This record gives sequence, C-alpha cells and structure tokens, in this order.
Amino acid sequence: MTTTTAPRRATTDSAPRRKANTIRRSHHVFAYALIAPALALFAVAFVIPIVYSIGLSMFSREAGSGGAYAPKEDAFVGLGNYVSVLADPTFWASLQRLAIFAVIMVPLMMLTSIVLALLLDLPRVGARAFSRTAIFLPYGVPSVIAALMWGFLYVPEISPVYQLAGSIGLELPPLLRGDQIYTAIINVVLWGGIGFNAIIIYTALQSLPAERIDAARLDGCNEWAIARHVKLPHVLPATVLTALFSIIGALQIYSEPQMLSSLTTAIHSTFFPLMRVYRDAFAHDDLNSAAAASILLALATVLLSLLVLGLRTFTSRKANS
Amino acid sequence: MSRAFPARARQPRNVIATIVLLGAVVYFLLPIVWVLFSSTKTTGELFTTPAFSFGSGFFDNIVDLFQYQGGAFAVWLGNSFLYSIVGATLSTIVSAAAGYALALYDFPGKKAIMIGLLAGVLLPTITLAIPQYMLFAQWGLTNTYWAVLIPVSITPFGIYLAFVYAKASVPVELLEAGRVDGSSEFRTFSSIGLPLLLPGLVTIFLLQFIGVWNNFLLPYIMQSDADLAPITVAMYLMLNRGGSEPILYSIAIAGSAVAVIPVVAFVLLLQRFWRLDLISGSIK
Repeated sequence: MTTTTAPRRATTDSAPRRKANTIRRSHHVFAYALIAPALALFAVAFVIPIVYSIGLSMFSREAGSGGAYAPKEDAFVGLGNYVSVLADPTFWASLQRLAIFAVIMVPLMMLTSIVLALLLDLPRVGARAFSRTAIFLPYGVPSVIAALMWGFLYVPEISPVYQLAGSIGLELPPLLRGDQIYTAIINVVLWGGIGFNAIIIYTALQSLPAERIDAARLDGCNEWAIARHVKLPHVLPATVLTALFSIIGALQIYSEPQMLSSLTTAIHSTFFPLMRVYRDAFAHDDLNSAAAASILLALATVLLSLLVLGLRTFTSRKANS
Repeated sequence: MSRAFPARARQPRNVIATIVLLGAVVYFLLPIVWVLFSSTKTTGELFTTPAFSFGSGFFDNIVDLFQYQGGAFAVWLGNSFLYSIVGATLSTIVSAAAGYALALYDFPGKKAIMIGLLAGVLLPTITLAIPQYMLFAQWGLTNTYWAVLIPVSITPFGIYLAFVYAKASVPVELLEAGRVDGSSEFRTFSSIGLPLLLPGLVTIFLLQFIGVWNNFLLPYIMQSDADLAPITVAMYLMLNRGGSEPILYSIAIAGSAVAVIPVVAFVLLLQRFWRLDLISGSIK
C-alpha cells in the first residue's frame, strides 16, 4: 500500500511557502473531519469494548456476604480467569472440534472455489451466466436460514436427497447424529461460502489480459497448463484474501451449529469455542470468564491471520527472487 | 464477458465443464427450490408428498406465519429492513469519508490510523460481539436499535474498500485543479470526489446490506426484547420452539421462504452493479 503525499514543490520565496503550509493545514482539518466519524465509531465499537473486556477478564465476581441479592464484589484476579479457561477441558475440547471443522472445511472451500472459478472462466462453457448467478445466490441467504433449510434436508423422512438415494437403493447415514454432525455443519458452511469465494476469484481471473492467455495457447499450452501456469499465479492474491476470510469465518463459527442444535442433540452448548463463550456469558452469568475466553479467541484469530498474510509475503518474495 | 474468441465460436461446447457446473448449480439451488416448494405444504404433506411437488397449504402457511404471536413476523421483517438499510447507509457514508481522507490526504497520524483499521479487518467482528455487549449493557444501550446499528456502521473492511477505490478512481490532479479554481475542500469532495466514488460506494452498500441482513449473533446477543429482533434471530427462536411443536415446521419453512426471497431478489437484481473487482484486488 502506498500513501499519497501532497505535492511539495520547492519554493524559495517564503510567502508562497507560508501560504502552502496554511492550505495544507486547512487540508488537515478537513481530512480529520472526514475521518472523525470512523474514528469515533471505531473507538466505541472496537477499542473501548476490547479494553473494557481486557479489564473485565482480570476480575472475578464473588458473591457478596449477606444473601443471594447482596451486591456482588469484584475481586482482582490478574490472569486467573485465563488460567482457569486454559485449565478447563471443555475449552480444549471445543478448540479441538473447531480444529477438526476448520482443517476439513477451509481446504474444501478453497479447492471448490478455485475449481468453480476456473471452470466458469473456460472458453466455450455453456450456461455460464446462469451458473455464475446460481453459484453466487447462497451468499444472499442468512447462515441461520441456510442451516434451517439444510437441517430439514438432513431429516430422512422429508429430504429429497434421502428419497432419491433410497430410490436407487443407497442408504445415506443420518447426518444429525454422532460424528456425522461435522459433515452436516461443514456442508452448510460450504454451501453458504463457496459462491462468494468463487466469484471473487473469478472476478480476478477476468482481469487477466486476454493476450496472455492467447499467447500461452499459441505456444501450445492446453487449458490445464494455462490454468496451472497463467491463471493460478494471477489470482493468488485474491485467493489468499478469500482463504483469510474463510479462516476468520471458521474460527468464529456460531450461527450454523447454533441453529442446527435445535434439531439435534449432537451439538451441545460448548461444541465450538464461541458457543462456550456465549454459555459462560449468558447461561452462567460469568462475564469475566467469557471475556477471558473471547480475548484468547481474538488473539488466536489475529495471529493466524498474520501467519497467512506472512506466508503470502514469503511465497511472493520467493516467486520474485 | 470481456474475452471473446470469435475464431473458436463455432467449436463445440466444453461439455464436461458445463456438466460439472450444472451439477454445482443443482447443489446450490437445492435448498432454495426445496424451501419454496415446501412452503406450499401442510405439515402432513411435508412428510407424505414428493419433495418437489406443490401442496395445498401455501395460503394457510402465509396467514399462520403473519398471525404468529400476534403479527410479530411483520415486525421482525421490518426490523431486518431497518437494520440493513440504516446500518448499510451509515457504514457507507462513514467508509466513504474515511477512505477518501486516507487515500487523498496526507496528515499526521495517518499511518497509525491505517494500521489500527487494518488490525480491525483481521479482528472478527463476531468475536467482538460479546465485549461490545458488555460495554453497551454498561451504557444502557442494549435492547435499543442502536445496539445493532452502532457496531454495524463501522466496518474496517468497508473503509479499506473505499480507500482502494478512491486511490484507483479519484486522480489527485483533479482535486488540485479544483483547489486552484478556488473551490473549498468540501466542495471538491462533494462535487468531484463523491461522484467518482459512487460505483465503489454502491458495492460497499450492497455488501453491508447483505452482511447486516444475514447477521445473527450481534442482534441475538444485544436484544433480549423480541420486538427488536431481526428475522434471523426470530427464525432461530421459532425453530427452537418448534422442536417440541412440529406444527411450527410449516411456519418455519414459510418464514424461511419469505426471509430468503428479498435478499435473493436483491442479489439477482443488483448483481450487475457490483464492483467485485474491488474485493478481488484486480481493480483497474
């Protein structure tokens, strides 16, 4: 990212320079005025909540003496809440489930998105505009509604998928039970996310100059070689961006399992980390522990994102050297 | 499509690619088509008739849906529109102003602001929802429209997109020319900058509209008052209750169909106005 610097022309005369400085100062005032609402809202919605919850995470509310309605007393416990979150097996179990989910979901999401984008970009593909629109459509569907619709489609008595499989003698496993619940959740997330990612990568493909593809084709490259050596390197930045969004999205998975949990007993209240945070904050009324856990989760997300961005810089540097 | 292959136009279609794509289309359309068919069925028909057939209960389902809890569904739908329209408008204005300032002005503290906002892009907004709830509860903002509208009106990603778009589409020379002509900074912004930014701002507005419409966790946490719930939260609460009352299945399905239609129509109608190259980083 480059920053624009206001043109600074060398002036020997002091009067114009003073004039230029005042103009620049009035520019500053205008620029600050433009950015002020964003900064104020950023403070209210990001900075202050984070600082406040870091503070909360270091206290513990002890029941005061004198009955259930006595005011609770805040006691400073330092990193005590973090220690107890990290010592809680349900926290690690929820992280483990999150890891299983993300390790399967993210690569599938990226692979499918890239393949669909490349297919849409092939010459002489039929029904291209229709396919593009249909693939993108789920992006407009709220994730809880997607989970609700798929939730019904997972019910064998109602589902056309089970009906179809049954009619050709195939018996599909029930997805809302046992470990198959991962398949159920991953499918909803993939259904809702692939379209957006595929279209982003496809849009990046569209900006590839036609001459580069024609040149490769004249050199005797087949479509596979063109995709591998011309198209993929070109869409790497867009792909990294969508991978980043997929990872961030995976770590904060909440809506889909929460919705599906009303149709199954396989998803309990501490299934994924954010669900556990919600339980602490609202079912257990333990905001301090919830604050500690959400800060740990935010830290992990930022670290992972930086890792992905770092890998990107590393690979592009390697490619350039 | 930007690329044309006139010499190859008469060659046979790429059959395998077309078939794979159409397979994907079936997968992506399946739940939507299913929910539209199912919204016409009574709960009994749901279990007894073929999936893709029309039932006889469409009118009853819609009436039941809008009479559910004394007409609450219309309120939830209205809330979703309110949050999406107001939230997306506010965040587009905030993003446009901030992105323009960051792209075209040089001022002390700019770098720090850029880094702070970029960190905000990486921070999942949903992870922030619980800290936001804690603070807003302290301030007495929970259970008001503001509890949802304030957090959604600041999106670091929107500012980033406005910044990228302003950099690519507003030439500094044009602003310089405006200054030489004696127009004020505000006038330059409103009469030269904003019109050039408009296509990018439409994209930011659409992304935000859909983002807010689809948001679940933020209103779910902030609003315990059902009158302030958007459709996503309402559908969750409805299905949660439906577990014990299967009769609610047909209402929940009709509700899903009604909730899906506006945004799907929105995506279809406005697909042509998206500047998705803005997101893919391939803006020219």
